Amino acid sequence: MYAQMIKSTGKTVKSLDEMDPQERAFQERIDAGGKIEPRDWMPEGYRKTLIRQIGQHAHSEIVGQLPEGNWITRAPTLERKAILLAKVQDEAGHGLYLYCAAETLGVSRDDLTRDLLSGKMKYSSIFNYPTLTWADMGAVGWLVDGAAIMNQVPLQRTSYGPYARAMVRICKEESFHQRQGFDIMMKMASGTEAQRKMAQDALNRFWYPSLMMFGPSDENSVHSAQNMAWKIKMNTNDELRQKFVDQTVPQAEYLGLTVPDAHLKWNEERGHYDFSEPDWEEFFDVLNGNGPCSKERLEARNKAWDDGAWVRDGLMAHAEKKKARKLAAE
Amino acid sequence: MQNEWPLWEVFIRGQHGLSHRHVGSLHAADAEGAIKNARDVYTRRNEGVSIWVVEASAIAASSPDEKGPLYEPSNDKIYRHPTFYDIPDDAGAM
Ligand SMILES: [Fe+2]
Ligand SMILES: [Fe+2]
Ligand SMILES: [Fe+2]
Repeated sequence: MYAQMIKSTGKTVKSLDEMDPQERAFQERIDAGGKIEPRDWMPEGYRKTLIRQIGQHAHSEIVGQLPEGNWITRAPTLERKAILLAKVQDEAGHGLYLYCAAETLGVSRDDLTRDLLSGKMKYSSIFNYPTLTWADMGAVGWLVDGAAIMNQVPLQRTSYGPYARAMVRICKEESFHQRQGFDIMMKMASGTEAQRKMAQDALNRFWYPSLMMFGPSDENSVHSAQNMAWKIKMNTNDELRQKFVDQTVPQAEYLGLTVPDAHLKWNEERGHYDFSEPDWEEFFDVLNGNGPCSKERLEARNKAWDDGAWVRDGLMAHAEKKKARKLAAE
Repeated sequence: MQNEWPLWEVFIRGQHGLSHRHVGSLHAADAEGAIKNARDVYTRRNEGVSIWVVEASAIAASSPDEKGPLYEPSNDKIYRHPTFYDIPDDAGAM
């Protein structure tokens, strides 16, 4: 998802009997649906895993601005431009809500930024694909934000209070994102032949990368089991992917577009669509920094950080000077 | 990166006359910048009519370990609740 392949302690999940009293009390609180707050005791693994997960989620929101930012100056109308700008600005906000949730766990904003810029921390694989036409703005909102919503809605019930509250804010704003994307797709799909082709091409290119957003099957993963016990992961990757496919296929039909999967079929018995897995080799390759736009994305973030240094330093120096002057006058 | 802007906690009062409520935090060089950033980060959809920002380091908080001693004294004072008293219906609304 926005946080993919989050490793926890790597050990098998302890039973309540194996835990010392402090850890047992912690787990029982989570089992009972209680929230963990910043100053509460928590196992080191819980803290570290959450920093990784929330940090990666935040980075994804921030880097996720780039593929859409690419089209702001070329939006077809002033209204579309204003909408896209507002959408991208929301994503910046989502990144900031999440960074501040991560900071309550004792990591600094600059540490997180440094680890993104050096490539040590990851962001979602989806943002390493290019946005080639205006229809991609439709596909991104419809599919990418749609997949994100699927993952983020259950996370509103996650055990860590600040994370859960950030997710509530984010979910409130996401539905506009998906709807504006679908609105673009409707317009394109019912437009000229060239526009319809553009819409189909965008769906072709974004379908499998969107399925990859949920990460590979993790039914047998130790990390996943621990993260689910801690309620920082609420569903398996396969569950969410299936839910996404079931929701999206009828929407594609509504648009009169074809999902690029010859094996896609409604399975009456299961009550779900059967579908083809994405190419997981490609996924790992992209996650390891070899996606079509990986280099460009990281360069853009590094450039923004470096170019902004004098502004950050200047404002800080000004604030300090003002404070000193005020103190002297008192 | 050694020059990180300080962290500010943000409180916002919504339209409907309720108290300011904590909404999150952000970084800014000074209070003025923090209010401007809070406007952009936390009120993009008219969520508020008033913003407070407080430097996070200036907040004193109760410790979760002291939950017991801190709140227990009020546990046994059930007479503070109106339901403690049996008032006959004949006495009318009260
Ligand atoms: Fe977002
Ligand atoms: Fe997003
Ligand atoms: Fe979004």
